[in-house]
Amino acid sequence: MKIHIRNGRLIDPASKTDKALDLFIAAGRIVGVGNTPAGFEANSVLDATGCIVCPGLVDLAARLREPGFEYRATLESEMAAAAAGGVTSLACPPDTDPVLDEPGLVEMLTHRARLPEFAHVHPVGALTTQLEGKALTEMAELSEAGCVAFGQANRAIVDTQVLLRAMMYAATFDFPVWLQAQDPFLARKGVAHDGEVAARLGLAGIPVAAETIALATILHLARETGARVHVTRISSAAGVEMIVAARAAGIAVTCDVAIHHLHLCEMDLGFFDAHARLDPPLRSQRDRDALRAGLASGAINALCSDHTPVDDDGKQMPFDEAEVGATGLELLLPLTLKWAREMKLPLVTALARVTSDPARILGVKAGSLGLGAAADICVFDPVAEFKVSRENLRSQGKNTPFLGYEFPGRVRYTLIDGHLAFDGTLS
Amino acid sequence: MSAFGKQPNPQLNSHGELQHLLTIEGLPREMLLRILDTAAPFSEVAEREVKKVPLLRGKSVFNLFFENSTRTRTTFEIAAKRLSADVINLNISTSSANKGETLLDTADNLAAMQADMFVVRHASSGAPHLLAQHLAATGRDHIHVVNAGDGRHAHPTQGLLDMYTIRHYKADFSQLTVAIVGDVLHSRVARSQIHALTTLGVPEVRVIAPKTLLPTGIERLGVRVFNDMREGLRGVDVVMMLRLQNERMQGALLPSTQEYFKSYGLTPEKLSLAKPDAIVMHPGPMNRGVEIDSAVADGGQAVILPQVTFGIAVRMAVMAMLAGN
Repeated sequence: MKIHIRNGRLIDPASKTDKALDLFIAAGRIVGVGNTPAGFEANSVLDATGCIVCPGLVDLAARLREPGFEYRATLESEMAAAAAGGVTSLACPPDTDPVLDEPGLVEMLTHRARLPEFAHVHPVGALTTQLEGKALTEMAELSEAGCVAFGQANRAIVDTQVLLRAMMYAATFDFPVWLQAQDPFLARKGVAHDGEVAARLGLAGIPVAAETIALATILHLARETGARVHVTRISSAAGVEMIVAARAAGIAVTCDVAIHHLHLCEMDLGFFDAHARLDPPLRSQRDRDALRAGLASGAINALCSDHTPVDDDGKQMPFDEAEVGATGLELLLPLTLKWAREMKLPLVTALARVTSDPARILGVKAGSLGLGAAADICVFDPVAEFKVSRENLRSQGKNTPFLGYEFPGRVRYTLIDGHLAFDGTLS
Repeated sequence: MSAFGKQPNPQLNSHGELQHLLTIEGLPREMLLRILDTAAPFSEVAEREVKKVPLLRGKSVFNLFFENSTRTRTTFEIAAKRLSADVINLNISTSSANKGETLLDTADNLAAMQADMFVVRHASSGAPHLLAQHLAATGRDHIHVVNAGDGRHAHPTQGLLDMYTIRHYKADFSQLTVAIVGDVLHSRVARSQIHALTTLGVPEVRVIAPKTLLPTGIERLGVRVFNDMREGLRGVDVVMMLRLQNERMQGALLPSTQEYFKSYGLTPEKLSLAKPDAIVMHPGPMNRGVEIDSAVADGGQAVILPQVTFGIAVRMAVMAMLAGN
């Protein structure tokens, strides 16, 4: 299959390209950028007039809910959402049921996900068995089965000695360790940022110190062990400052932020909107502004969807009883563009945070439009609005605090290994 | 302000009238005064030989109590009955919630029994909001929701009856200094009192508590924070005591009830720092010897039992106004 994507504005953050260039694809790979390769005859021509052609998005956190939570979402539903959102590679956290702590489970998941219209799935293996924070998993075996990193999803390792040893063991094999920084004691029973809004609504708070204290522990142990640490879902201004300082001190640490924390703050809890029940909690406006600036400067390395489909029953509850999380795969691109526009950032910089930068953290060959690269491509109209509605979302999870809003950025085509996985001109 | 999450006040209808009573926050001063004004004649109903008026005749009021309560449920029940409503009490903490039925399922079932009003108490902050939103989303706006206490969030009828009490004993809200003493962190009563007092124009609202019992950012609600009770009580017109739950002794919030009483219990000696004509209030039930000395609770400045009596009139006023809208 030979595909010609024509008349588009090509943005490839990996090579800092932003130029009107056609793209030529053969056998699932990029064979020409700008110039038509000799003898190239397209079987299919995709029109990208008025569109941006960029690498398929790389999402560092998308819960596919398989195995175990099929009533909330299935691989099929969430892969359709990924393709519709222009996401072509994603990492899935290990908090499935059963937990991704056995090579067989990981193999089963990656095998199930191996369909041409499905995004590339990169499982994050459990760092401890059952995510209980007690015993180490067979990381080497899990790595062979396809795990790209090891983490705890959003469950803390309470015992610091176990955390130290898990990081040491991972460092032995140079496996990346992904950790969410939240002290389980300071976060106990908390459901919202410990601030003005929680005080007003009478919700139990999670102080910023829950993040900074856990982060201090993680950063100290990263220095001790030399483990490659990626901090997931940073939520506070103080957290960003600590990451920057740690890096300046020579600690190899990366971090990401979720789309919700980039655009929302505690005020968006409104009248107990359970869609805004997130982990970590939405923090103050000042924190949100620091996250936005940190992502722009590169202090925060990547932006992710933290996609967490939840069924209606899980959200039709009082705020403190509601399930945590929001759907996000289809919002990652629009909310990247919205942030870029509000921050007056060049698109090539903004798109780097959802393509080449997360690909580097994942350690996979993705997020680039260089010659010979896999043809994972997102073609989107940067002006056309995407209305967030239950009908428009393909994800089985309709749970998002952004329901009803319209954002610029509608995906026209998504290609995965040169296969047309989504065609927005049909809908 | 953030770009998202702007919603209209869910307790007012399109004419700006009270559709539900979920919280005092966001209600205009005139509306609070109207509720208090409406309550005044109702307190006379209790003096009559036949303590009933027909305003809610033929209406069904469901007391949905997902959390135990004797006093609040009883006063709501009496209020509804004096308005001639049919009252059905459900203590759900001991029935369907244990069978896994959700708040909304329970409400749907009762709505199918032609309920006109839900009086809801729930352990989770925001539960009455959820119910009101659900009724609106399913086209059943004609059913009114009254919050009878949700988690730590709000207890609006308590806040209103407290205002009624203050108004009964003190002339003008704009001349008062009021102190709220105790476990503000876990108290829905305190939050409703704060909103009511600031809305009614009380120039100085103080909260007095140890740091472990104050929510972060409470001063943003327009109160002055005191950790020293003696300092906080100096010159106040009204002392509003809060109940201290026994479970606060666990979880490292306080060392002991004895020490709490020593620092934050209202004794005659501490009360003497307030104005000589200061009144003492308590939402009940009281822990004598923990937050309040019996000498104060039973003393001449306490208006704790009148609060209970006024509570019935205020709840009648709220229900009558809702049913009329």
